[in-house]
Amino acid sequence: MKPINNRITGLALLALLLCTALLSAKLGAVPISLQEIKNAFMHLINGNEIIELNERIFLQIRLPRVLMGIFVGAALAVGGVLTQALFRNPIVEPGLIGTSSGAAFGAALYFVLGATFGSNWGEWTLPIAACIGGTVATVMVLFLAQSKNDHRRGVASLLLSGIAINALFLSGVGFLSYIARDPQARSITFWNLGTLSGSYWEALYIVLSVTSICIWFSLRLAKQLNALMLGEQEAQLLGINIPQLKLMVLCLNVIMVAVSTAFVGVIGFVGLIVPHFLRMIQGADNRFLLWGGALLGAWVLTASDLLARLLLAPAELPIGIVTSLIGVPVFIILLKRTNYLF
Amino acid sequence: MISLENLTYHIKGKHLLESVSLAFEKGKMHIILGPNGAGKSTLIRLISGELKPSAGTIRYNDMPLHGISVKEQALFRAVLSQNLEVSFPLRVHEVVLMGRYPHFVGSPRAIDHEICEKSIHLFDLDELKNRNYLTLSGGEKQRVQFARVFAQIWEPIDGKPRVLLLDEPLTFLDLYYQYHLMKTIKTFMASNPDLTVIGVVHDIIIAAKFADQVVLMHQSKTFAQGPTHAVLNPENIHTVFKIMVEDQFIVK
Repeated sequence: MKPINNRITGLALLALLLCTALLSAKLGAVPISLQEIKNAFMHLINGNEIIELNERIFLQIRLPRVLMGIFVGAALAVGGVLTQALFRNPIVEPGLIGTSSGAAFGAALYFVLGATFGSNWGEWTLPIAACIGGTVATVMVLFLAQSKNDHRRGVASLLLSGIAINALFLSGVGFLSYIARDPQARSITFWNLGTLSGSYWEALYIVLSVTSICIWFSLRLAKQLNALMLGEQEAQLLGINIPQLKLMVLCLNVIMVAVSTAFVGVIGFVGLIVPHFLRMIQGADNRFLLWGGALLGAWVLTASDLLARLLLAPAELPIGIVTSLIGVPVFIILLKRTNYLF
Repeated sequence: MISLENLTYHIKGKHLLESVSLAFEKGKMHIILGPNGAGKSTLIRLISGELKPSAGTIRYNDMPLHGISVKEQALFRAVLSQNLEVSFPLRVHEVVLMGRYPHFVGSPRAIDHEICEKSIHLFDLDELKNRNYLTLSGGEKQRVQFARVFAQIWEPIDGKPRVLLLDEPLTFLDLYYQYHLMKTIKTFMASNPDLTVIGVVHDIIIAAKFADQVVLMHQSKTFAQGPTHAVLNPENIHTVFKIMVEDQFIVK
């Protein structure tokens, strides 16, 4: 079978993403017409005062939310590609190795006790706290998974350590939510199931800049990650500095996933199913998976957010429920398959 | 030329290699023979830098191996190891292209693609080019790995003599491909006189037919080294492998 051109797949994904994003901007508790979207942009460009309510809803609530979905989705999917390449195994994702729950714990700790510590780096305090939490949890999982007898990290022990550390940090989040006064931190569903409903422009700027920078760095590692598929030893024989590569990949992954988690909570399965699905149609070349994953991840999260708003409209579902509903069956099907065919 | 000086390797009190001194002449095919546990694989993994010697030095053209960066080593030396496991679906040409990774930054150049095509053709893989590596048979996978390591050292870089290390490369291959591949390597060497090949092989007959030089290993030491016909005599084979052979069995 002739492989589909990567560029064509990429363009198709981009088109799909743009259409879904537009649809997502229009639909919701308050429907917004195309004309209103256009007017809102015109007013924004001309610097006019915006009078209409719907235009204001679009610019202040809907648009940051849609964009947040795009960048968080991209970050989670690229995080998935990176972790899977690093562990040379297609069934790991940032959520399974503690990164997300650790980040949630760090962020919750800041919400509840931040004032007590008095540390303040402005808007960046929350993402930094999440990064620290994510790093601590990830390092703990890696440390526990390392067996004494040999240096190979078995995937089974990695996943089991992940379960233990996730349980620890999520109960930590539960405890903090229990004693919290801050209404956002108090909502345990926010942390465990995630939601894009609290998106605002300042948060978006942070997620957007961190995600873009990290994806740019990740793309430069694509070739080395490919070589890693042959094994660490083989990659070294192809001239790659393995310890440096591993450190880079872990840092990028933790930063990207932690910053997203700080603002939208823990959203599972995106990092798992997106790279899986792309591998089935295009193969495992990371030179495509990284940017293709960013596009598909962005689409999956945008579409999931749209569903989360529409299924029980005018009420909203946490987005983590939607991604799990789609992700779990896909994950099970993938587990049952022994081989990828394309 | 590659020279080894008093090369020793211990792990957990076990002496896997003891004080081995050897010289591998440039442009020749050297085959390392010996029974199981004689230290063949240890030797090749020390020469590739995968293992660090407990004592002794390895020199590539008078440069100590530890003084050459991993990146630079990959430019003139390729290694085909045992038991390569890949758990992701890659196309055959993508695996072969990995051999060119040390040579380009960012995207592959036209020359890299050209070399891959030639290497794929050399190992009879044209029809499998777009196949999923995971769906290939053991022998087909091995040929793909051959194409990858040859793509890596297809051309000399900065006039440095090239080296190819092979650790039991014929394991999954049927009789036809075992001979065919050895012949292919010899033909390639004839037109690339700077290429030195060092390989671990189990089959004495293959060694007798294709090696220029043979290293016979026995109990973690070199038992004999030299031109193939001189080393592979019935007495040596009897001492090392404990089997009796007749003279004409291995005569070229």
